[in-house]
Amino acid sequence: MSTKKTLLSIENLDASIGDKNIIKNLNLKIHYGETHAIMGPNGSGKSTLAKALAGHPDCKITKGTIHFKNIDLLTLPVEERSNEGLFLGFQYPIEIPGLSNSVFLKAAINAKNKYQKLNDVSATDFIKELKQKADMMGINQSFLSRGVNEGYSGGEKKRNEILQMLMLKPTLSVLDETDSGLDIDSMKIVSKGINSMLGEDTSSIVITHYERLLQYIKPDVVHVFHNGRIIKSGDYMLARELEEKGYEWLTNE
Amino acid sequence: MDPDNNQVSNPEIDNLIEKSYEYGFTTDIESETIAPGLNEDVIRLISKKKGEPQFLLDWRLKAFRHWSKLKEPEWGQLNIEKINYQAISYFSAPKLENAPKSLDEVDPKLLETYDKLGIPLHERAKLAGVAVDAVFDSVSVATTFKKKLLEAGVIFSSFSEAVKDHPELIKKYLGKVVPYRDNYFAALNAAVFTDGSFVYIPKGVRCPMELSTYFRINEANTGQFERTLIVADEGSHVSYLEGCTAPMRDENQLHAAVVELVALDDAEIKYSTVQNWYPGDENGKGGIYNFVTKRGDCRGNNSKISWTQIETGSSVTWKYPSCLLRGDNSIGEFYSIALSNHHQQADTGTKMIHLGKNTKSKIISKGISAKKAQNTYRGLVTIAKNADHSRNYTQCDSLLIGDKCGAHTFPSIGVNNSSSILEHEATTSKISDDQLFYCMQRGINEEDAIGLIISGFCKEVLNELPMEFAVEARALLQVNLEGAVG
Repeated sequence: MSTKKTLLSIENLDASIGDKNIIKNLNLKIHYGETHAIMGPNGSGKSTLAKALAGHPDCKITKGTIHFKNIDLLTLPVEERSNEGLFLGFQYPIEIPGLSNSVFLKAAINAKNKYQKLNDVSATDFIKELKQKADMMGINQSFLSRGVNEGYSGGEKKRNEILQMLMLKPTLSVLDETDSGLDIDSMKIVSKGINSMLGEDTSSIVITHYERLLQYIKPDVVHVFHNGRIIKSGDYMLARELEEKGYEWLTNE
Repeated sequence: MDPDNNQVSNPEIDNLIEKSYEYGFTTDIESETIAPGLNEDVIRLISKKKGEPQFLLDWRLKAFRHWSKLKEPEWGQLNIEKINYQAISYFSAPKLENAPKSLDEVDPKLLETYDKLGIPLHERAKLAGVAVDAVFDSVSVATTFKKKLLEAGVIFSSFSEAVKDHPELIKKYLGKVVPYRDNYFAALNAAVFTDGSFVYIPKGVRCPMELSTYFRINEANTGQFERTLIVADEGSHVSYLEGCTAPMRDENQLHAAVVELVALDDAEIKYSTVQNWYPGDENGKGGIYNFVTKRGDCRGNNSKISWTQIETGSSVTWKYPSCLLRGDNSIGEFYSIALSNHHQQADTGTKMIHLGKNTKSKIISKGISAKKAQNTYRGLVTIAKNADHSRNYTQCDSLLIGDKCGAHTFPSIGVNNSSSILEHEATTSKISDDQLFYCMQRGINEEDAIGLIISGFCKEVLNELPMEFAVEARALLQVNLEGAVG
């Protein structure tokens, strides 16, 4: 693995929300082609990491660096991080009433194309790809003209996040509890979507509470978060162990 | 909390808001203007200059005498400087000895102005299949597609021409929907109106194209008093659009138009407005006062009148496009987007008066306010005693951008018939930081994100616009309403 190219490198990171320092001296390196799972009890800083990466205005970086594709990520505004290929799958996807899913997605793709100095996507190519990927995610065509996440069920919102990810083809996907609130069928569909994205040139960070999702997405590395830092890393078997024993045996150490 | 310390500010967004009015220019054309002031002699002079028949002069004078007895209304949720009616010049005409017969005869400078406004008559009008009766100040100077319309039997001309060519129609319908006694500004308009548009669609005719008029106020201190009359005879159908821009001015310019629509049995009129007059500078200085009386008379059974308005300009907007649902089974609709920024004030809404049986009305109002703007929806729905099984649906949504603006809603409902059903829904929301972050995480910059969120908010109304104008309206909203988010 050491011969692989580094996609993301987090060094000595401190991040706070409001006055509260949440992430403390975090170090994490992710290579191209890797999937990392992040597990850990509530309040351990998993979602704050996602916010720090995406550049959420509530999250302040007080120390350390993040490099993404060798770019100093912290100097980039939110939309440029996205256009460089960083995707955040939201734990609670936001509703934008009246703005149709397809219009929204097309605007996002064209923003990315513009950033990369490419032409706008052709309407027919876009629709064709959107329909195909919506099918794959079990999303009814009628959803595509509905408002973004407007009146969707929890499961529908999460599948829609993955659909957006498939359309935007990010280099790094950060999926924040994408599996929470999913029934077993939705979980399978969502994992299928995530797996279809994984390849030599893409990586993902999967934040989850449950080992179940990881049965479908075999992560290369599993990290356990506690008090804003990684307290243990291992392979998939670590997730199995956590499922059986809970976190206490680690956090009490 | 002190709002001054709580204002969320974003330099980029502020920049966009500060964008100066794109269409702020004047055309240097010699105008023939009557000296400021208003009295019976001025009215006689206007009528004479326009070569009007006696009945029209008599009507103007009656209106003026009535107006002289009236007091300016003050019930609007508006803060307006006192208007000095004697300081306004009531007539301004581009100096043209004879009206041009075709575009070739039109003063090239006028055409240049249209170009700046994005209305190249000879090209775009043709491409879009739109006939444009362009009102430049007070006199119509060019009418296109007249021939094609005439073949269909449609009359589409300036009001002045119609007075000459079809006096019987003018006499029959003028002031029947909005009588000069209706209100202060309707009386003023009746006394001094200089021009406008006239449309007549004969029985059973579906107007072959969208009809469109671009209004433009050009002469400083010239109040603009348009009058529009549209008559849709039995079983006919017409879609009409007015769009406006105005040059930059220091002083407030008064605009008090009157629009009357008449739909006979089985007729349908769709009237769309895109209003983008100069709103004043960021301190609220200058800008147009837009006090308009618009009313549609669904006189015939099964008739339908639909108002759609995108109000983004003017320093003060005061208008209530309304429907009188007199015919049985008649339908009235009102779709509105009112956007106010900086110090703009909008007090707008509609009246739906249900008189016939099984009449239906639908009101969709979207108010958007940013900076220190105030936006008021005022609506009246009345169901008369004999209007059995009538229905009204009202949806009234307000969107606030920043924390110094205001949204106000004054719905009035009067029901005198127990078999009728009314529904009223209202929401107030803000563009949330979460929505913006979500869009930006998908790569969309803040400016475009606000545009997308707003277009989503306004979807039901934008969908009502004729296709070719919907795109323009979206762009207009985006330019006008990027705002600080809080």
